[in-house]
Amino acid sequence: MPVGAPSAEKLMDMYARMWRIRLFEEQAEYQSSQGKVLGALHTYIGEEAVAVGVCAHLDAPDYITSTHRGHGHCIAKGADIKKMMAELFGRSTGYCKGKGGSMHIADFNVGMLGANGIVAGGFGLATGAGLAAQMRGSGQAAVCFFGDGAANRGPFHENINIGAVWKLPVVYVCENNQYAQWTPQSEVTLVTDISAMSAAYGIPGVQVNGMDVLEVYEAAGEAIARARRGEGPTLLECKTYRFHGHNFGDPQQYRAREEIAEWAERRDPIKRLATFMKEAKMLTDEQEQAIQKRVAAEIQEAVRFAEESPYPTPDELYKDVYSYVVS
Amino acid sequence: MPKISLRDAIRDALHEEMARDETIFVLGEDVIAHGGPYAVTKGIAEKYPKRIRQTPISEAGIVGTALGAALCGMRPVAEIMYVDFVTCAMDEVVNQMAKVRYMFGGQTDVPVVLRLPSGSARLIAAQHSQSLEAWFLHVPGLQVVVPSTPYDAKGLMKTALRGRDPVLFIEYKRLYTMEGEVPDGEYTIPFGQADVKRAGNDVTIVASGPMVGKALEAADILAQSGIEAEIVDVRTLMPLDKQTIFASVEKTNRVIVTDEEAKRGGASAEIASLIAEECFDALDAPVKRVAAANVPMPFSPELEKLVVPKAEHLVTAVQQLLG
Repeated sequence: MPVGAPSAEKLMDMYARMWRIRLFEEQAEYQSSQGKVLGALHTYIGEEAVAVGVCAHLDAPDYITSTHRGHGHCIAKGADIKKMMAELFGRSTGYCKGKGGSMHIADFNVGMLGANGIVAGGFGLATGAGLAAQMRGSGQAAVCFFGDGAANRGPFHENINIGAVWKLPVVYVCENNQYAQWTPQSEVTLVTDISAMSAAYGIPGVQVNGMDVLEVYEAAGEAIARARRGEGPTLLECKTYRFHGHNFGDPQQYRAREEIAEWAERRDPIKRLATFMKEAKMLTDEQEQAIQKRVAAEIQEAVRFAEESPYPTPDELYKDVYSYVVS
Repeated sequence: MPKISLRDAIRDALHEEMARDETIFVLGEDVIAHGGPYAVTKGIAEKYPKRIRQTPISEAGIVGTALGAALCGMRPVAEIMYVDFVTCAMDEVVNQMAKVRYMFGGQTDVPVVLRLPSGSARLIAAQHSQSLEAWFLHVPGLQVVVPSTPYDAKGLMKTALRGRDPVLFIEYKRLYTMEGEVPDGEYTIPFGQADVKRAGNDVTIVASGPMVGKALEAADILAQSGIEAEIVDVRTLMPLDKQTIFASVEKTNRVIVTDEEAKRGGASAEIASLIAEECFDALDAPVKRVAAANVPMPFSPELEKLVVPKAEHLVTAVQQLLG
């Protein structure tokens, strides 16, 4: 059953979400340079269409698992960016009370089961979320976001096989940005089309242009609908590119400047959607500016909230190791 | 009071809790066929066909999937066929299961029970005979439960299935056939509560798993010479009941800590260190440990019998302490 094209309202929301991710990430980098955002920072700039196109089909009760590059997933799933920024600042008002940071950002209230510092760490969690949904017969779906690097780890194999053989309501979404940290995918695997690996598990494999949110939206819609119908998982590969380094501060000697420019200047997913919407008369220049301004104000509010928030106190150290406190 | 085997005690706990809580389900390799290699899950498939899953040989997948289900409202009881195979899922145990509560700031409970058949048994050698409690004890966020009797096994498993935190439930394979009294009625045993299996004034033996039974044997032998040993069964290594252990040491002034793990870096080392730190003034002799040889489990019975301590080793150790 083909997925309908998104409504103008839905498109506007997707457009705003992509901007929210973009501006949040740029602000996070700035705040990192100012010593306010602490620790490792892996930004999603350039990949916005994947998270937004997929999460457009998910509601709060649906589940996603994420990667070390998790801000985009978190925002696309509907998280509160004030709590996100506070978490990056290490404050007690952050999502994880300052105990997780960027790599472990999570919002269980909207089904975001956490960014994960272990490559391929999300596979088991998403598959288990799908199992819970299947056992309850709830109609919930689970999406596992992962990168090209994760496809070389064991849990990719074990969990997709389990999801496939039990027909779990999970969609495995590969954000193939062609680099695993500093190593090009083509150097470490012969099968660079991850979607082709679906044949090993007996499930559909679909490949889309991950810089086109409408292509992502359509393919994700079909995959998620399949999952909800009880027909099992899909391996959805979105070819994408991260415009910035693996982490903030990455000198990127492993990528040519021309390559980065080609993607960043000519394949920007937000510009692409704006062009489409304007041509379809769904977006005016004024509306575009209004959205950017509104989102920028949200980001500033998030920074203000984070800056004014306290750090966790020492008594917090031993809390949340267990449901009880023991040192 | 009826006597049942430790295996049956665990199975009864599973059945009782599954009847009480529909979110509990079982998964693992071969758990349906014959009820698993040690028959612990026998009968569950017949009674609760929708709540038991026989998995591929995918330990990382089994543990990861169990964890994911636990984060989403279910209570999985995952079996790793031999604790030795948990190495295939160590990321899922250490980096995920143990940490998700903390690194997500307390947003979720983690009600996973991992059943881990452990210890030497029937000449199955190096990769099927290990005791790895110390590994899990070392990782903040995990709970480690080591029943030594059918009574303890049932009560502790029931508690495990009602908890909010991960449980590594260590089942010593040689104890599955051990018979013991188990009451018919409802009971649970809390974690962090050691059990004084035998009272005595002359020496304390802090034991876990099969060493509890051997300590009781040793105590009977020692009693013939007028030495009364107090046997403290740890029951849960994490959380650990330090109070009961320390109180016993304060009373007897001499202590041996014993388990079946390889001695180097085993759980007994942690307990011995705690005793040395907290009970120094009460001690009349150094803290001694009796544990397994620091070797992979050999195959030949002539070698295998040299690895795990026996009651006589405890007797000798006590005599050395008192001598």
